[in-house]
Amino acid sequence: MLDIVIYIALAILLFAMLGMLYRVIKGPTTADRVIALDSIGIALISVVALLSILLDTTMFFEVILLLSILAFIGTVAFSKFLERGEIIHHDRDNDL
Amino acid sequence: MSVLHLAILLPLLAAPFIPFLFRALKRIHTGWFVLVVPVLLFVYFFRFIGITSAGDVVSETVEWMPSLGINFTAYVDGLGLLFALLITGIGALVVLYSIYYLNKDKESLGHFYVYLLLFMGAMLGVVLSDNMVVMYMFWELTSISSFLLIGYWYEKERSRYGARKSMLITVFGGLSMLGGIVILESIVGSFSIRDMVANQALIAESPFFVAAMILILLGAFTKSAQFPFHIWLPDAMEAPTPVSAYLHSATMVKAGLYLVARMSPVFQESSLWLWIIVSVGTFTLFWGSFNAVKQTDLKGILAFSTVSQLGLIMSLLGLGAAALHYDGIDDNIFMVATIAAIFHLINHATFKGSLFMMVGIVDHETGTRDIRKLGGLMTVMPITFTIAVIGSLSMAGLPPFNGFLSKEMFLKATTKVFSMDFFALDTIGILIPVVAFIASVFTFIYSLIIFTRTFMGKAKFDELPKQPHEAPIGMLIPPAILAILVVVLGFVPNVLSNSLIKPAVESIYPTLVASGQEVKVDIYFWHGLTPELFMTLGIIALGTLMFFMINKWMGIYNHIPNRLTLNGMYDGSLVWSNKAAYRFKDNYMTGFIRSYLIYIFLFLSGMLLFSMYWFDLFNFSFGEMEAVAPYEYVLGAVVILAALAILFMGSRLPSIILLGVIGYSVALFFVFFGAPDLALTQLVIETVSVALFLLVFYHMPEISRKEVRIKFKVENAIVSVIVGVTVMLLSFMALSNRSLSSISEYYKENVYDLAAGKNMVNVVLVDFRGFDTLFEIVVLAVAAIGIYTMIKFRTTERTKGAHEHESEK
Repeated sequence: MLDIVIYIALAILLFAMLGMLYRVIKGPTTADRVIALDSIGIALISVVALLSILLDTTMFFEVILLLSILAFIGTVAFSKFLERGEIIHHDRDNDL
Repeated sequence: MSVLHLAILLPLLAAPFIPFLFRALKRIHTGWFVLVVPVLLFVYFFRFIGITSAGDVVSETVEWMPSLGINFTAYVDGLGLLFALLITGIGALVVLYSIYYLNKDKESLGHFYVYLLLFMGAMLGVVLSDNMVVMYMFWELTSISSFLLIGYWYEKERSRYGARKSMLITVFGGLSMLGGIVILESIVGSFSIRDMVANQALIAESPFFVAAMILILLGAFTKSAQFPFHIWLPDAMEAPTPVSAYLHSATMVKAGLYLVARMSPVFQESSLWLWIIVSVGTFTLFWGSFNAVKQTDLKGILAFSTVSQLGLIMSLLGLGAAALHYDGIDDNIFMVATIAAIFHLINHATFKGSLFMMVGIVDHETGTRDIRKLGGLMTVMPITFTIAVIGSLSMAGLPPFNGFLSKEMFLKATTKVFSMDFFALDTIGILIPVVAFIASVFTFIYSLIIFTRTFMGKAKFDELPKQPHEAPIGMLIPPAILAILVVVLGFVPNVLSNSLIKPAVESIYPTLVASGQEVKVDIYFWHGLTPELFMTLGIIALGTLMFFMINKWMGIYNHIPNRLTLNGMYDGSLVWSNKAAYRFKDNYMTGFIRSYLIYIFLFLSGMLLFSMYWFDLFNFSFGEMEAVAPYEYVLGAVVILAALAILFMGSRLPSIILLGVIGYSVALFFVFFGAPDLALTQLVIETVSVALFLLVFYHMPEISRKEVRIKFKVENAIVSVIVGVTVMLLSFMALSNRSLSSISEYYKENVYDLAAGKNMVNVVLVDFRGFDTLFEIVVLAVAAIGIYTMIKFRTTERTKGAHEHESEK
């Protein structure tokens, strides 16, 4: 019974990802795409968690943690790039 | 190392000392030191005459590369000794001549004599080696030293051209010969010429017989300047005259004749051997004499006459092969052909050597070799004139000189061709005496031209660059010695018969000698009223007539278009091959990585598809495949969609994001397939590389940042589809053709027992197969250091430029 629920949840999540992918492809602005990518990352976390239940394993819990960190870092990096045109701030005082 | 080996190598051993002598003892002409070498060697080889004329041979072996069957076997028999005496004897005379010819203050004699000694040693090595690889080595050394000698005055463009031409042609032949040698070795199992002669029947049965023969003959024909490879010889006349006299008349060009004579016992049973050599030789005889008449340079005449005479000797060597098929034991006429070949070889060395030296004297004393400017030198240079007359008349084949005797024997051999009823000699063979007759007429004409145009007629001393006078005595001695030999051999030809010619002929007919047939060498003037005597009379009559009417028919030479001459074809082919190679290179080396990628991809898929087709591997079976879960379909769809979308993105930033999508989806695939470590690593790496892509994107120039959409190219689409299909087929094929089970069971069982770990992937990485990990760490380290250095250098360069820019302000 639980399996069926999980399958349904997975299907919903994957179709949500497809929808977000549509947004990534279509745009229209880069910000849309970045947010869609961030959402894909979050959806991935859910997918991995559901799969862990389905496969009856704790092996993928690190993946969940890592995904959440990376999705955050990635989105921040993109945002900074969009805002300032660069990701890592260049220290002008120490410029060779 | 025997004395014989030392003798062969003596010139090579002496060569390194020459430059020191040249520098240390400036006041003495270096040639005097060099002269010792050939004189010593001549005396040394002279002592062998007793041995070879008794029918014995001398053979000494020094091991060189015994495991490959390559040993330096020095082998002296009649043929080798004859050549060795020619090389050392004429070598001594040429060195003596060069002492007076080359100025010790103006010329770099150190170079000259080093090259000459190299050549002399190489020639001795060619004629006295029994091992064919060693002979080939010396053979190429003659090519190289000849190249150096022709280009001796390297500041002249014509010299360099001639040197390059002779090098290209003779090395082409030499390499062909090497191919022939290798074939022969593979048949016989030995590089020794004597073993090849002994196993002649084995070679004759081999399917590679014809190939080996033609390759060996290519070597001989190029070296001996046979048609159509004769074109290098006239251009080699840019060498100093002693070199022309030595290399390009008496010795090196006879290396090919030596090779033919030496290999005759191996090949001469075949009719092809006779036909190739006789036809090439006879045509060369005609072509050389025909072209000699139109030359205006004395050395040009002599060069073509050398070509012609070499053709004569070559055709005689070919006709000599008929002796094996001739039954008239008592008077084996075709053995006479070989005797004539050997005899004429000696005669040609004497008279051609003297003629070249004579031309050198004329050139040296008047400043020109052009017969249109020369004339009337008879009274000024009487000794030179005498030498010229003797040499020319001997070349023309007139009595009482030695050329007459060998010419008579040649004509006799050609006329006997009719009486042969084998190898179709009685039908098409009729051409041989006809061509020989015509060629002899031309020979007669140019021989007359040589001394009449130079020494007779009106004197034009005012037009000459120098005021002519008789040459110094030292310069006259060597040609005079040769001229005296011409006369002596003419009057008492039998002085050489038993000592030199007979042993040489015997080494060409080992089978006949073994069967008890005796070689009778008896050369005499009067044969009676034979056909060849009438032919000689006809030659003289027709030649004289044509000589006096020469202005009437010289016009025929103007009708040969330059493009159709062999020189034109040679030059054209050089230019053409150069151009073709460039064009070929320019067509496929476009400088664009996309072109090279297309070649690589097409070749890869071509090879894979072809081998799959060839080995019939299109038998896919999907029985062992697991069922696909529904969420795998969806994820697959995500990846495919993202990949396709990258192709149609308007700008690069969305492409980077889509690439990130693919990377994360792949990580999810790893989760599906139960690979947590891979998934972790994939996620981190994907994030980092997307960030790096962004970094690169940020640094792009404005123009390429705004570029819209990848341009569609049909060929790229086709190639990518082909590659994709190929790889897909390949992986299906690999999956459905699994023959062995996986070795991972071992890891599963032993991961905890042997390596004390539960994570199998990590245990494999650091325990079972830690070596790979080590070097992947190295790869990362190298990449990091590389990036660091690239950034560091770039930054300093840029800031330096910026500072300069600022200081300019």
